[in-house]
Amino acid sequence: MKYVDEFRRGDIARGMAAHIHTLVQPDRQYRLMEFCGGHTHAIARYGLTGLLPDNIRLIHGPGCPVCVLPIGRVDSAIELALRPDVILCSYGDTLRVPASNKMSLYQARAKGADVRMVYSTSDALQIARDNPHKQVVFFAIGFETTTPPTALALIQARQEKLANFSVFCNHVLTPPAMRHLLAAGDAVQLDGFIGPSHVSTVIGSAPYAAVAAEFAKPVVIAGFEPLDVLQSVAMLVEQINAGRTEVETQFTRAVTAQGNAKARSLVAQTMTLRDSFEWRGLGQVPHSALAIHPDFAEFDAELRFALAYRHVPDHKACECGAILRGQKRPQDCKVFAIVCNPDNPLGSCMVSSEGACAAHYHYGRFVEGQPA
Amino acid sequence: MCLAMPVRISQLLPDDMAVVDMDGVSREVSVALIDTPQEGDYVILHVGYAIGKLDAEEAARTLALMDQLAASQSEATP
Repeated sequence: MKYVDEFRRGDIARGMAAHIHTLVQPDRQYRLMEFCGGHTHAIARYGLTGLLPDNIRLIHGPGCPVCVLPIGRVDSAIELALRPDVILCSYGDTLRVPASNKMSLYQARAKGADVRMVYSTSDALQIARDNPHKQVVFFAIGFETTTPPTALALIQARQEKLANFSVFCNHVLTPPAMRHLLAAGDAVQLDGFIGPSHVSTVIGSAPYAAVAAEFAKPVVIAGFEPLDVLQSVAMLVEQINAGRTEVETQFTRAVTAQGNAKARSLVAQTMTLRDSFEWRGLGQVPHSALAIHPDFAEFDAELRFALAYRHVPDHKACECGAILRGQKRPQDCKVFAIVCNPDNPLGSCMVSSEGACAAHYHYGRFVEGQPA
Repeated sequence: MCLAMPVRISQLLPDDMAVVDMDGVSREVSVALIDTPQEGDYVILHVGYAIGKLDAEEAARTLALMDQLAASQSEATP
């Protein structure tokens, strides 16, 4: 497949890895956080950790939208789904996230709730057109990649005067989360970030400049194929060796400094910044999420159904919070691959295929001798 | 759910829609989020929407750089 297979070539990967071995300074530690779950998945799937020198440690970050969704928000979605007048639409992964009282959206469906898995916001709009006597709510989650399609759905719903459609908005933003992690100080020691690529196709690389400058950490916006990740690691090592703390882009084939202006403008028209939003593992993060803009209030499910947010603590045995902060690895969790597995996840990091626990469960746990 | 993939626009349709080719499989997607989509363009597809274009020249440059680095290593370690 073009623009995929070329970036997965094993011979080049070995050459790139050898190059990284020549770059690293042996008396130095390189602690690099891959922010995106997509990178976590690629690193585990292609065994990239095993190709790198021992003094490069890759640390999983909070960049998986399903993983960072707090239980209270899933509870609200379940509460909506259980209403007899509601059809709740959502992307597939959110259906399996465990919430309070051993419930998930799948279990709500088993109890009779009308929960529909959609592949796109346009599917949710079509369900609203087809069911005029039901309230159709789109449970919107995701980072800046998933947000513009929600914005378009809001605009289209208003154009069509779809009075039975609304959005339960849980869209979150990457730069404030990165800032929050770095501001936590000694909680996790990091020397640089493997930065989000698909998010950056939308927002551009420029929004990371302030974070890199303020905290003196380099950021390399990296593509998701294995060769992209290796090249980005090399670029980070070179910056760290030279004492530079800049934002660089490895994924130049799709990312510019400004990103996708059209997509950003649609989001700005339809959504507005929240003062604060709870992330699983990170707690309340200021200015880190979006709500429906007051101009589109008629399509805001939180207002239409008077949803009140309630914080719910994670399961005591689950280490998702510490894993999302980069403080623990999946194999450090005592329930990992025992009571918590992809068929029966106890925590969110095991639910999504991009979650750190699911990635390590599928690809990493048979090479336990190596650092994850 | 956050994963996206490169696909090729094989046909433009009315209302900002397009047919894309995904390794031989055709699918209808929205191109409403990108400027001036053209048949033959490669775009990044995410949840049914093209969110950005792929720049063929930049891709070729990245691949050439990787090739060069890998080749220099195989020369250094015979």
